[in-house]
Amino acid sequence: MTTTTDLVSYEDALASYDPVMGLEVHVELGTKTKMFCGCSTALGQDANTQTCPVCLGLPGALPVVNATGVESAIKIGLALNCEIAEWCRFARKNYFYPDMPKNFQTSQYDEPIAFNGYLDVQLEDGETFRVEIERAHMEEDTGKSTHVGGATGRIHGASHSLLDYNRAGIPLIEIVTKPIVGAGERAPEVARAYVRELRELIRALGVSEARMEMGQMRCDVNLSLMPKGADKFGTRSETKNVNSLRSVERAARYEIQRHAAVLSGGGTVIQETRHFHEDTGSTTSGRVKEEAEDYRYFPEPDLVPVAPSREWVEELRAGLPELPLVRRNRLREEWGISATDMQAILNAGALDPIVATIEAGADAASARKWWMGELARSANESGKSLDELAITPQQVARVTELVASGDLNDKLARQVIEGVLAGEGTPDEVVDKRGLKVVSDEGALTAAVDEAIAGNPAIADKIRGGKVAAAGALVGAVMKATRGQADAARVKELILEKLGVAEG
Amino acid sequence: MPGITREEVAHLARLARLELKPEELDHFAGQLDDIIGAVARVSEVADQDVPPTSHPLPLTNVMRPDEVRPSLTPEQALSGAPAQEQQRFKVPQILGEE
Repeated sequence: MTTTTDLVSYEDALASYDPVMGLEVHVELGTKTKMFCGCSTALGQDANTQTCPVCLGLPGALPVVNATGVESAIKIGLALNCEIAEWCRFARKNYFYPDMPKNFQTSQYDEPIAFNGYLDVQLEDGETFRVEIERAHMEEDTGKSTHVGGATGRIHGASHSLLDYNRAGIPLIEIVTKPIVGAGERAPEVARAYVRELRELIRALGVSEARMEMGQMRCDVNLSLMPKGADKFGTRSETKNVNSLRSVERAARYEIQRHAAVLSGGGTVIQETRHFHEDTGSTTSGRVKEEAEDYRYFPEPDLVPVAPSREWVEELRAGLPELPLVRRNRLREEWGISATDMQAILNAGALDPIVATIEAGADAASARKWWMGELARSANESGKSLDELAITPQQVARVTELVASGDLNDKLARQVIEGVLAGEGTPDEVVDKRGLKVVSDEGALTAAVDEAIAGNPAIADKIRGGKVAAAGALVGAVMKATRGQADAARVKELILEKLGVAEG
Repeated sequence: MPGITREEVAHLARLARLELKPEELDHFAGQLDDIIGAVARVSEVADQDVPPTSHPLPLTNVMRPDEVRPSLTPEQALSGAPAQEQQRFKVPQILGEE
């Protein structure tokens, strides 16, 4: 099924149309048990070892709500500046698909637990954009299908499918934005920044690790275009399960270009779900969207309403941690760095490691320097994220301490870090094993300096004649002779002293 | 009276994956009409001061602590499955996606 899709250039699309986006993000909560039963949510277990009559939908089984699931939902709602429902119910969303053995998903329909909020997100250049939140509601995840017989596990051409219900019933919070208008050409960037901010928020709240690559957080991108200046929204497409920040941005961008091509060709956008393809950055048609009433939502008769007391809500509000945007702005001020520098730190995933390194005793500038320099480079080369590197913030702090005390210079410190990353032990162990201390033995240094002067009489003469800048060559010679283990500043002092030249 | 049409019954039947014969569509349209008409009478007596209810007991906030309880064994879980393979429920080819 290969059809070519017409696209217009992004610039042309934006010249004629305004994009309108709606983002739906599903977050799998990190609770120990499922939303409506006591089955474990641990990942990576054998198929169908974490099911019970409730999550298998066996006759007579009665669901009971997970209190921590509700608490997490309220925390998310509060952090998103939402109102929290005084009373709300669950609803059955009926559909026939084997990923739910019950033939319905327990969700919330017209009574979400949280509604009417907003999340401020920061774009690359530091500009803030407010994304309005429609609602956040509680529901449950579906089982995992494996399609057999077709190519590469896809449904297309499969002879049958195999279902593992370990995931069925894991608590999900679905967070839905109001239509995002007015972002213009920055709409894809806003989408990415929003999902990232939401991910940081979820992690700060401690309700989920929100790892997109593990499916713990997934985004559906609804997008439509309207002619510039219009206020009536166009027909939208819904690109499902976009699973990385980069893909969120690319999917929005692609759909803007595709819709623009359809509309400017005089065509009509079809309301449908679409699939995003990481490899090509394109989307293809999924199924034509079923209307809401086709799910025949009705209040779940097996569960009683959730009515969070105002005392509980206020208690949870008081216990909220410092939210990520506030924290970032505070750190940015404390460190005296620009919005762009902070953005680079975020993009590198270096914020938490840097903060932990400072907490372990390093000064802010050194902590930033190592994580954004040597360590970022190493992570990049090995295709790892910073937190996967074999070095702890405490170890990085120790390296900065050794530099501050003069035991190491930067060059040696890099070797120490290299050693720690290679599994040679703690910074102190690497210093010992590799013999990396700065040579502070004046006798050894003086001997090396004398040797350098004797070996380079022409340069020595220049320096004696007042060309202090020429000393660099002699410093280099000394550093080479000491295998980089000398304190370069001290070496320079000694050279000038010996040659009877006062610096400055 | 609501007046359930044949088309609405056909639509419901499709959503419920029920195969109905033409004469059954007419038959059920009439029956559903009667049922809905009977239920609709409730709203004649329920005034503004009666909140809509989905549960007969005036309970709220029935919750359980987030503590793991034993699950079924996979053998137990799969014991009612018409077909299984690789410790998974085996279902016929799924149509409609992609």
